[in-house]
Amino acid sequence: MIDALGNPQTVLVLGGTSEIALATVAKLARPKLVRVVLAGRPGPDRAAAAASISGLADTVEVADFDATKPETHAAFVASVFAEGDIDVVLLAFGLLGDQDEAERDSAAAVLVAQVNYVGAVSVGLNIAHHLDEQGHGVLVVLSSVAGERARRSNFVYGSSKAGLDAFAVGLGDALHGRGPRVLVVRPGFVRTRMTAHLADAPLAVDADEVAAKIVSAIAKGREIVYAPGAMRVVMSGLRHLPRPIFRKLPF
Amino acid sequence: MSDSLAGLGTDGTLLSGWGRTAPTRARVSTPMSSDSLSNLVLESGHRGILARGLGRAYGDAAQNSGGDVADLARFDRIDLDPDTGIAKIGAGVSLDQLLRKVLPLGWFIPVTPGTRQVTIGGAIAADVHGKNHHIDGTFGAHILELELVGADGVYRKLTPQDPAADFWLTVGGMGLTGLITQASMQLLPVTTSSLRVDTERATDLDDLMSRMTSGDDDYRYSVAWIDCVAGGRSLGRGVLTRGDHAKLEELSMADRATALEFDPKVRLGIPNVIPGGLLNRYSISAFNELWYRKAPKSRAGEIQSIGTFFHPLDGVRNWNNAYGPSGFLQYQFVVPMEASDLIRIAIERLRKVPAPSFLAVLKRFGAANPAPLSFPQPGWTLALDIPAAIPGLSVALSELDDLVAAAGGRIYLAKDSRLRPDLLPLMYPRLTEWQSGRARLDPTRRFNSDLARRLLL
Repeated sequence: MIDALGNPQTVLVLGGTSEIALATVAKLARPKLVRVVLAGRPGPDRAAAAASISGLADTVEVADFDATKPETHAAFVASVFAEGDIDVVLLAFGLLGDQDEAERDSAAAVLVAQVNYVGAVSVGLNIAHHLDEQGHGVLVVLSSVAGERARRSNFVYGSSKAGLDAFAVGLGDALHGRGPRVLVVRPGFVRTRMTAHLADAPLAVDADEVAAKIVSAIAKGREIVYAPGAMRVVMSGLRHLPRPIFRKLPF
Repeated sequence: MSDSLAGLGTDGTLLSGWGRTAPTRARVSTPMSSDSLSNLVLESGHRGILARGLGRAYGDAAQNSGGDVADLARFDRIDLDPDTGIAKIGAGVSLDQLLRKVLPLGWFIPVTPGTRQVTIGGAIAADVHGKNHHIDGTFGAHILELELVGADGVYRKLTPQDPAADFWLTVGGMGLTGLITQASMQLLPVTTSSLRVDTERATDLDDLMSRMTSGDDDYRYSVAWIDCVAGGRSLGRGVLTRGDHAKLEELSMADRATALEFDPKVRLGIPNVIPGGLLNRYSISAFNELWYRKAPKSRAGEIQSIGTFFHPLDGVRNWNNAYGPSGFLQYQFVVPMEASDLIRIAIERLRKVPAPSFLAVLKRFGAANPAPLSFPQPGWTLALDIPAAIPGLSVALSELDDLVAAAGGRIYLAKDSRLRPDLLPLMYPRLTEWQSGRARLDPTRRFNSDLARRLLL
């Protein structure tokens, strides 16, 4: 259960090696969680992630989860919830992809869309049904400001996040007043492994800063949170910028 | 789960405690008869069922997310034997309803908490206490017999003498041993509906505690209000009010004709539209200063009404709305007499946050009763109402929990909304005894609550 001050006891991470998700788990452990499940593809990264948070919960489990295999999602989600209530689900998997490659090879673009959008819709709905059944819980969806207005330089990724964001907002409305909640997180440029090869964009943040925003938004019952907070104002401006100007922006 | 994805949304109601934190959804029904309640128990799903009274538990004790919640408002009979003062009372009857019926006949409730807006069932399940705990013990100690629907849907009568101790598992059992439907209680004879009250102002915590230690036994009722905002030499200053039921000859001649009259009015309601809440750090600090100044240094023999003395906040409907949408919590703990230092430590720690309390109440408890999960034990209990939105509150209270547990003290489950489960066995050393009894009474966990899930009860 999430307590009166917003502290959960059990957390499921979809995309168990996500730096933002692991930083969030660390901040949610005040001082300790009861159960954390790191779901993702098996391998040394997942094992290392599990080892890195081993002291933060009474039990840290790993579970096999592949966003590109929607047919497996119902059974996977059921097996996690069969062991007990999940208070917070962090939907944190995603592919940045390479825009140039995606433009040359549609298969690469399809993979980005499948992971970021189709996979999230599939697992997200299954999660939502289980949260609805237990009558409480928060689904945290890691969206991106890139989805608010797709840019020339990464519209494949941006469009997948646009779809994910619209799905998550709608799902939040479907669950409104029913106990469970959906928190849509819209970070700007986050310095992580996924973006290590890129130069910082304006208002870049660390995974820790995003995690702090998520934890506070869970406690306050927020529905949308930007990281950094100033990004909300920036995006509100960018959304309305005339297209000829937007097209020429240097990022 | 419905695999057909029949859409998100079956019926249900969002429920939260009096603190308005952590709402969850349940299916609420109001059974009209014993049979329909019995069926409701038998048909409850894997999320179980729980009784809910008037929702005055501060945290999640009366919530059952994803499951059934039974509102026993229709179990509302009151049968009083006017000669013996033994009343048979439906579990859904509130203390307010009970008092309005029995007080004009010269009978009073042997134990009353700080509000009349709790039901008999809830008062037994939480084993509530009042200002007379040092003399009369808890609410459960005055129950002669209670009726419980078990996990099999069957009604049973339990008495304190019952060798299986099911009675004492149920008293303080937070509704997890079954649904309490009715109780018989020995009421207290009174000749007036007024109290004779002595008020003293204490200049600091030592002064306050020594006055309570030396004088409490001379009074049936005793409680102190503490100013948790004052620091330095005034830390823990407070107002001590103690008294007993007024006798007829203590009333003025004019009041004697209506000595047993009891018709308290709700004067004011607080709407649920206050964005930041009326009660914040600044207003609470101002209130504390004012309340201390307004109390007399010493006043003896004042005649007060039952409402003024026992239930001052009942005059304001929905006063919990004053804390705004993020709600509030009540932190109440008890520590043994020899660990009285913890009262000072708690006040200092919360001043440091800063987390000022609108209502801070100090009381000396008497002996415990045989119920394994009953909260009161001999010692000092401090109760503080704190806005939930205060940054740093979670860490501060968690530190205090550790100190309370280490000192042999405990947190009151009816007030709790944020304790960690690992501390529960330390605070309630007879927890395993209660759990094995519950496993016998309810092997499939048909009775469940959010509090039970959170604390792994």
